[in-house]
Amino acid sequence: MTATTTTETARTTGMSAKDALAAVHAARGARDIVITTMTPARDWMLLPPTPLDLVFVPSAMGGAPSMGLGLALAQPNRRVIVCNGDGSMLMNLGSLVSIVNARATNLVVIVFVNGTYEVTGSQPVPGAGVVDYAALARAAGFESVHAYASIEEWRSDVRHVIGAPGPTFVSLAVEPVHGQPGPKSPGPARERARRFMEALDA
Amino acid sequence: MFTGEKIAELLEQLGVTHVVTVPDSTIGRWQSAIEERAATRLVRVCREGEAWQVAAGLYLGGATPLVLIQCTGLLESGDAIRNAIHDFGLPLFAIIGYRSYLNQDTIPGDTCLIFTEPTLDAWRIDYRLVSEPAQFDEIGAHRAACGDAGVPGAILLAEGKA
Repeated sequence: MTATTTTETARTTGMSAKDALAAVHAARGARDIVITTMTPARDWMLLPPTPLDLVFVPSAMGGAPSMGLGLALAQPNRRVIVCNGDGSMLMNLGSLVSIVNARATNLVVIVFVNGTYEVTGSQPVPGAGVVDYAALARAAGFESVHAYASIEEWRSDVRHVIGAPGPTFVSLAVEPVHGQPGPKSPGPARERARRFMEALDA
Repeated sequence: MFTGEKIAELLEQLGVTHVVTVPDSTIGRWQSAIEERAATRLVRVCREGEAWQVAAGLYLGGATPLVLIQCTGLLESGDAIRNAIHDFGLPLFAIIGYRSYLNQDTIPGDTCLIFTEPTLDAWRIDYRLVSEPAQFDEIGAHRAACGDAGVPGAILLAEGKA
Protein backbone atom coordinates (compact mmCIF):
# COMPACT_ATOMS: atom_id res chain seq x y z
CA MET A 1 0.00 0.00 0.00
CA THR A 2 2.75 2.42 0.92
CA ALA A 3 5.30 3.22 -1.73
CA THR A 4 8.58 4.68 -0.60
CA THR A 5 11.12 6.51 -2.64
CA THR A 6 14.47 8.16 -2.27
CA THR A 7 14.84 11.83 -2.93
CA GLU A 8 17.11 11.06 -5.87
CA THR A 9 14.30 9.05 -7.40
CA ALA A 10 11.96 11.92 -6.67
CA ARG A 11 14.15 14.30 -8.61
CA THR A 12 14.34 12.17 -11.68
CA THR A 13 11.08 10.29 -11.92
CA GLY A 14 8.46 12.45 -10.29
CA MET A 15 4.88 12.55 -11.43
CA SER A 16 2.95 15.47 -12.86
CA ALA A 17 1.53 17.69 -10.12
CA LYS A 18 -1.62 18.11 -12.19
CA ASP A 19 -2.10 14.36 -12.42
CA ALA A 20 -1.42 13.94 -8.71
CA LEU A 21 -3.99 16.60 -7.85
CA ALA A 22 -6.52 15.08 -10.21
CA ALA A 23 -6.18 11.85 -8.25
CA VAL A 24 -6.88 13.71 -5.00
CA HIS A 25 -9.83 15.45 -6.62
CA ALA A 26 -11.29 12.14 -7.74
CA ALA A 27 -10.76 10.48 -4.36
CA ARG A 28 -12.00 13.16 -1.98
CA GLY A 29 -15.28 12.64 -0.23
CA ALA A 30 -18.22 14.98 -0.70
CA ARG A 31 -17.82 16.36 2.82
CA ASP A 32 -14.04 16.69 2.69
CA ILE A 33 -12.38 20.08 2.93
CA VAL A 34 -9.44 20.63 0.58
CA ILE A 35 -6.97 23.45 1.20
CA THR A 36 -4.51 24.24 -1.59
CA THR A 37 -1.64 26.68 -1.75
CA MET A 38 1.15 27.68 -4.13
CA THR A 39 1.68 25.30 -7.10
CA PRO A 40 -1.05 22.90 -5.93
CA ALA A 41 -3.46 25.85 -5.73
CA ARG A 42 -2.67 26.93 -9.27
CA ASP A 43 -3.30 23.47 -10.66
CA TRP A 44 -6.26 22.69 -8.36
CA MET A 45 -8.11 25.66 -9.82
CA LEU A 46 -8.03 23.93 -13.22
CA LEU A 47 -10.29 21.23 -11.76
CA PRO A 48 -14.03 21.57 -11.09
CA PRO A 49 -14.47 23.54 -7.84
CA THR A 50 -16.62 22.68 -4.84
CA PRO A 51 -17.82 24.94 -2.01
CA LEU A 52 -15.51 23.06 0.38
CA ASP A 53 -12.37 24.07 -1.50
CA LEU A 54 -10.30 26.66 0.30
CA VAL A 55 -7.78 28.09 -2.13
CA PHE A 56 -5.22 29.60 0.23
CA VAL A 57 -4.25 32.46 -2.04
CA PRO A 58 -3.16 34.95 -0.86
CA SER A 59 -1.37 32.89 1.72
CA ALA A 60 0.80 33.45 4.73
CA MET A 61 4.26 31.93 4.73
CA GLY A 62 3.75 28.19 5.01
CA GLY A 63 0.46 28.60 6.85
CA ALA A 64 -1.71 26.06 5.05
CA PRO A 65 -1.05 23.08 7.38
CA SER A 66 -1.75 25.28 10.39
CA MET A 67 -5.02 26.52 8.93
CA GLY A 68 -5.83 22.90 8.17
CA LEU A 69 -5.16 21.96 11.76
CA GLY A 70 -7.58 24.59 12.98
CA LEU A 71 -10.25 23.43 10.56
CA ALA A 72 -9.70 19.79 11.50
CA LEU A 73 -10.15 20.57 15.19
CA ALA A 74 -13.24 22.68 14.58
CA GLN A 75 -14.79 20.16 12.18
CA PRO A 76 -13.90 16.75 13.62
CA ASN A 77 -16.52 15.00 11.51
CA ARG A 78 -14.97 16.12 8.26
CA ARG A 79 -11.68 15.15 6.68
CA VAL A 80 -9.35 18.06 5.95
CA ILE A 81 -6.82 17.60 3.13
CA VAL A 82 -4.00 20.12 2.78
CA CYS A 83 -2.11 20.22 -0.53
CA ASN A 84 1.13 22.02 0.23
CA GLY A 85 4.37 22.77 -1.57
CA ASP A 86 7.79 21.71 -0.32
CA GLY A 87 8.98 25.30 -0.05
CA SER A 88 5.90 26.15 1.99
CA MET A 89 6.40 23.08 4.17
CA LEU A 90 9.94 24.18 4.96
CA MET A 91 8.62 27.51 6.19
CA ASN A 92 6.45 25.84 8.81
CA LEU A 93 8.00 22.53 9.77
CA GLY A 94 6.90 23.04 13.35
CA SER A 95 3.31 22.63 12.20
CA LEU A 96 3.99 18.91 11.76
CA VAL A 97 4.72 18.65 15.46
CA SER A 98 1.68 20.74 16.37
CA ILE A 99 -0.58 18.53 14.22
CA VAL A 100 0.58 15.34 15.89
CA ASN A 101 0.42 16.91 19.33
CA ALA A 102 -3.19 17.97 18.71
CA ARG A 103 -4.11 14.42 17.61
CA ALA A 104 -5.85 15.71 14.50
CA THR A 105 -6.90 12.31 13.22
CA ASN A 106 -8.98 13.82 10.41
CA LEU A 107 -6.13 15.79 8.84
CA VAL A 108 -4.12 14.79 5.76
CA VAL A 109 -1.07 16.82 4.73
CA ILE A 110 0.12 16.19 1.17
CA VAL A 111 3.40 17.82 0.18
CA PHE A 112 4.16 18.22 -3.50
CA VAL A 113 7.94 17.93 -3.62
CA ASN A 114 9.43 19.52 -6.72
CA GLY A 115 12.58 20.93 -5.14
CA THR A 116 11.87 24.46 -6.28
CA TYR A 117 10.07 27.64 -5.42
CA GLU A 118 8.22 27.18 -8.67
CA VAL A 119 5.91 30.18 -8.39
CA THR A 120 8.82 32.61 -7.97
CA GLY A 121 10.81 31.34 -10.93
CA SER A 122 11.95 27.87 -9.92
CA GLN A 123 14.76 28.79 -7.58
CA PRO A 124 15.85 25.69 -5.62
CA VAL A 125 14.47 25.28 -2.12
CA PRO A 126 17.01 24.71 0.64
CA GLY A 127 17.85 21.05 0.80
CA ALA A 128 16.49 20.27 -2.66
CA GLY A 129 17.28 16.68 -3.48
CA VAL A 130 18.43 15.97 0.05
CA VAL A 131 15.52 16.50 2.44
CA ASP A 132 13.35 13.45 3.07
CA TYR A 133 9.94 14.89 3.92
CA ALA A 134 8.45 11.54 4.87
CA ALA A 135 11.27 11.05 7.35
CA LEU A 136 10.66 14.52 8.78
CA ALA A 137 7.01 13.64 9.29
CA ARG A 138 7.88 10.36 10.97
CA ALA A 139 10.31 12.14 13.24
CA ALA A 140 7.58 14.62 14.15
CA GLY A 141 5.41 11.74 15.30
CA PHE A 142 3.22 10.98 12.28
CA GLU A 143 2.42 7.28 12.19
CA SER A 144 0.61 7.28 8.84
CA VAL A 145 3.33 8.36 6.40
CA HIS A 146 3.46 7.67 2.68
CA ALA A 147 5.74 8.64 -0.18
CA TYR A 148 5.14 8.24 -3.89
CA ALA A 149 6.98 9.02 -7.10
CA SER A 150 4.75 6.99 -9.41
CA ILE A 151 1.40 8.36 -10.52
CA GLU A 152 0.10 4.86 -11.05
CA GLU A 153 0.83 3.87 -7.47
CA TRP A 154 -0.58 7.15 -6.14
CA ARG A 155 -3.77 6.72 -8.13
CA SER A 156 -4.07 3.19 -6.87
CA ASP A 157 -3.59 4.10 -3.21
CA VAL A 158 -4.93 7.63 -2.80
CA ARG A 159 -8.45 6.75 -1.71
CA HIS A 160 -7.21 4.37 0.95
CA VAL A 161 -4.45 6.71 2.12
CA ILE A 162 -6.64 9.76 2.65
CA GLY A 163 -9.46 7.68 4.09
CA ALA A 164 -7.43 6.02 6.83
CA PRO A 165 -7.24 7.44 10.36
CA GLY A 166 -4.60 10.12 10.64
CA PRO A 167 -3.00 12.45 11.03
CA THR A 168 -1.61 11.39 7.69
CA PHE A 169 1.39 12.73 5.81
CA VAL A 170 2.03 12.12 2.12
CA SER A 171 5.12 13.13 0.16
CA LEU A 172 4.60 13.21 -3.61
CA ALA A 173 7.61 13.60 -5.86
CA VAL A 174 6.45 15.83 -8.69
CA GLU A 175 8.23 17.26 -11.68
CA PRO A 176 8.84 21.01 -11.53
CA VAL A 177 7.22 23.00 -14.30
CA HIS A 178 9.37 25.95 -15.21
CA GLY A 179 8.10 29.25 -16.48
CA GLN A 180 4.59 28.99 -15.10
CA PRO A 181 3.03 31.90 -13.21
CA GLY A 182 2.09 31.59 -9.59
CA PRO A 183 -1.50 30.97 -8.55
CA LYS A 184 -3.89 33.88 -8.97
CA SER A 185 -6.43 34.55 -6.27
CA PRO A 186 -9.83 33.27 -7.42
CA GLY A 187 -11.52 36.30 -5.87
CA PRO A 188 -11.62 38.48 -2.78
CA ALA A 189 -10.46 36.38 0.16
CA ARG A 190 -13.02 37.84 2.58
CA GLU A 191 -15.90 36.92 0.34
CA ARG A 192 -14.50 33.46 -0.25
CA ALA A 193 -14.08 32.96 3.51
CA ARG A 194 -17.72 33.91 4.06
CA ARG A 195 -18.95 31.53 1.38
CA PHE A 196 -16.73 28.75 2.73
CA MET A 197 -18.18 29.15 6.22
CA GLU A 198 -21.67 29.05 4.77
CA ALA A 199 -20.81 25.83 2.95
CA LEU A 200 -19.66 24.27 6.21
CA ASP A 201 -22.98 25.19 7.81
CA ALA A 202 -25.01 23.77 4.95
CA MET B 1 -1.48 39.41 38.05
CA PHE B 2 -4.27 36.88 37.45
CA THR B 3 -4.51 33.22 38.35
CA GLY B 4 -4.99 30.57 35.73
CA GLU B 5 -8.26 29.59 37.34
CA LYS B 6 -9.59 33.12 37.03
CA ILE B 7 -8.56 33.39 33.38
CA ALA B 8 -9.88 29.92 32.54
CA GLU B 9 -13.24 30.74 34.10
CA LEU B 10 -13.41 33.98 32.13
CA LEU B 11 -12.55 32.28 28.84
CA GLU B 12 -15.27 29.73 29.44
CA GLN B 13 -17.77 32.48 30.18
CA LEU B 14 -16.76 34.18 26.93
CA GLY B 15 -17.45 31.02 24.98
CA VAL B 16 -13.85 30.47 23.93
CA THR B 17 -13.59 26.93 22.56
CA HIS B 18 -9.85 26.76 21.82
CA VAL B 19 -6.85 28.59 23.25
CA VAL B 20 -3.98 28.47 20.74
CA THR B 21 -0.79 29.23 22.54
CA VAL B 22 2.95 29.48 22.93
CA PRO B 23 3.76 30.10 26.61
CA ASP B 24 5.86 32.59 28.44
CA SER B 25 6.55 32.64 32.15
CA THR B 26 3.30 34.46 32.93
CA ILE B 27 0.68 33.11 30.55
CA GLY B 28 2.27 29.68 30.58
CA ARG B 29 1.18 29.28 34.19
CA TRP B 30 -2.43 29.36 33.05
CA GLN B 31 -2.19 26.22 30.93
CA SER B 32 -3.14 23.61 33.50
CA ALA B 33 -6.18 25.58 34.62
CA ILE B 34 -7.33 26.02 31.03
CA GLU B 35 -6.82 22.33 30.33
CA GLU B 36 -9.04 21.43 33.27
CA ARG B 37 -11.99 23.19 31.65
CA ALA B 38 -14.02 20.81 29.53
CA ALA B 39 -15.38 23.59 27.35
CA THR B 40 -12.01 25.03 26.38
CA ARG B 41 -9.29 23.09 24.58
CA LEU B 42 -5.66 24.11 24.77
CA VAL B 43 -3.82 23.85 21.44
CA ARG B 44 -0.04 24.04 21.76
CA VAL B 45 1.83 25.25 18.69
CA CYS B 46 5.52 25.70 17.96
CA ARG B 47 5.63 29.33 16.91
CA GLU B 48 3.35 32.30 17.31
CA GLY B 49 2.69 32.91 13.62
CA GLU B 50 1.36 29.39 13.52
CA ALA B 51 -1.04 30.24 16.34
CA TRP B 52 -2.83 32.84 14.24
CA GLN B 53 -3.21 30.44 11.32
CA VAL B 54 -4.56 27.67 13.53
CA ALA B 55 -6.96 30.18 15.04
CA ALA B 56 -7.98 31.21 11.52
CA GLY B 57 -8.84 27.63 10.65
CA LEU B 58 -10.74 27.22 13.89
CA TYR B 59 -12.75 30.36 13.22
CA LEU B 60 -13.54 29.33 9.65
CA GLY B 61 -14.69 26.00 11.05
CA GLY B 62 -17.16 27.63 13.41
CA ALA B 63 -15.14 27.56 16.64
CA THR B 64 -14.33 30.50 18.90
CA PRO B 65 -10.55 30.58 19.26
CA LEU B 66 -8.29 32.83 21.29
CA VAL B 67 -4.59 33.37 20.61
CA LEU B 68 -2.49 33.45 23.78
CA ILE B 69 1.11 34.55 23.18
CA GLN B 70 3.81 36.91 24.37
CA CYS B 71 4.56 40.20 22.61
CA THR B 72 7.81 38.81 21.22
CA GLY B 73 5.68 36.28 19.39
CA LEU B 74 3.42 39.05 18.16
CA LEU B 75 6.47 40.57 16.52
CA GLU B 76 7.16 37.35 14.61
CA SER B 77 3.50 36.89 13.66
CA GLY B 78 3.17 39.68 11.14
CA ASP B 79 2.54 37.77 7.94
CA ALA B 80 0.07 35.44 9.60
CA ILE B 81 -1.83 38.38 11.09
CA ARG B 82 -1.87 40.18 7.76
CA ASN B 83 -3.27 37.13 6.03
CA ALA B 84 -5.81 35.98 8.61
CA ILE B 85 -7.12 39.33 9.77
CA HIS B 86 -6.68 41.55 6.75
CA ASP B 87 -6.80 39.23 3.71
CA PHE B 88 -9.45 36.82 4.97
CA GLY B 89 -11.08 39.33 7.32
CA LEU B 90 -11.29 37.05 10.33
CA PRO B 91 -11.99 38.86 13.64
CA LEU B 92 -9.48 36.98 15.74
CA PHE B 93 -8.84 37.90 19.35
CA ALA B 94 -5.66 37.55 21.39
CA ILE B 95 -4.29 37.97 24.87
CA ILE B 96 -0.70 39.12 24.52
CA GLY B 97 1.75 39.18 27.38
CA TYR B 98 3.58 42.52 27.52
CA ARG B 99 7.10 41.56 28.57
CA SER B 100 8.94 43.87 30.99
CA TYR B 101 6.10 46.38 31.24
CA LEU B 102 6.00 46.29 35.02
CA ASN B 103 9.61 45.50 35.69
CA GLN B 104 12.77 45.66 33.55
CA ASP B 105 15.09 44.00 36.06
CA THR B 106 15.45 40.89 33.94
CA ILE B 107 15.91 42.68 30.61
CA PRO B 108 16.96 46.31 31.18
CA GLY B 109 16.00 48.46 28.23
CA ASP B 110 13.75 45.73 26.82
CA THR B 111 12.91 46.86 23.30
CA CYS B 112 9.56 45.10 23.51
CA LEU B 113 8.42 48.27 25.24
CA ILE B 114 9.31 50.30 22.15
CA PHE B 115 7.84 48.13 19.42
CA THR B 116 4.86 46.22 20.79
CA GLU B 117 2.18 48.90 20.82
CA PRO B 118 3.20 50.48 17.49
CA THR B 119 3.06 46.99 15.99
CA LEU B 120 -0.47 46.45 17.21
CA ASP B 121 -1.40 49.83 15.79
CA ALA B 122 0.27 48.97 12.48
CA TRP B 123 -1.78 45.79 12.22
CA ARG B 124 -4.91 47.76 13.13
CA ILE B 125 -5.68 45.56 16.09
CA ASP B 126 -7.88 47.30 18.63
CA TYR B 127 -6.21 46.60 21.96
CA ARG B 128 -6.57 47.46 25.62
CA LEU B 129 -3.65 47.59 28.00
CA VAL B 130 -4.35 45.80 31.27
CA SER B 131 -1.69 46.75 33.79
CA GLU B 132 -3.32 46.22 37.18
CA PRO B 133 -5.64 43.65 38.74
CA ALA B 134 -8.53 46.10 39.01
CA GLN B 135 -8.80 46.05 35.21
CA PHE B 136 -9.73 42.37 35.05
CA ASP B 137 -13.25 43.04 33.84
CA GLU B 138 -11.88 44.98 30.88
CA ILE B 139 -10.66 41.72 29.37
CA GLY B 140 -14.12 40.28 29.00
CA ALA B 141 -15.66 43.60 28.11
CA HIS B 142 -13.21 44.22 25.27
CA ARG B 143 -13.53 40.66 23.98
CA ALA B 144 -17.30 41.01 23.95
CA ALA B 145 -17.17 44.40 22.27
CA CYS B 146 -14.86 43.14 19.53
CA GLY B 147 -17.03 40.08 19.05
CA ASP B 148 -20.17 42.19 18.73
CA ALA B 149 -18.47 44.47 16.25
CA GLY B 150 -16.89 41.60 14.31
CA VAL B 151 -13.44 43.13 14.51
CA PRO B 152 -10.07 41.76 15.62
CA GLY B 153 -8.85 42.74 19.03
CA ALA B 154 -6.37 42.08 21.76
CA ILE B 155 -5.64 42.47 25.42
CA LEU B 156 -2.10 43.57 26.13
CA LEU B 157 -1.39 42.13 29.54
CA ALA B 158 1.39 43.81 31.51
CA GLU B 159 4.01 41.38 32.76
CA GLY B 160 7.13 41.57 34.86
CA LYS B 161 5.90 41.72 38.42
CA ALA B 162 5.53 38.72 40.67
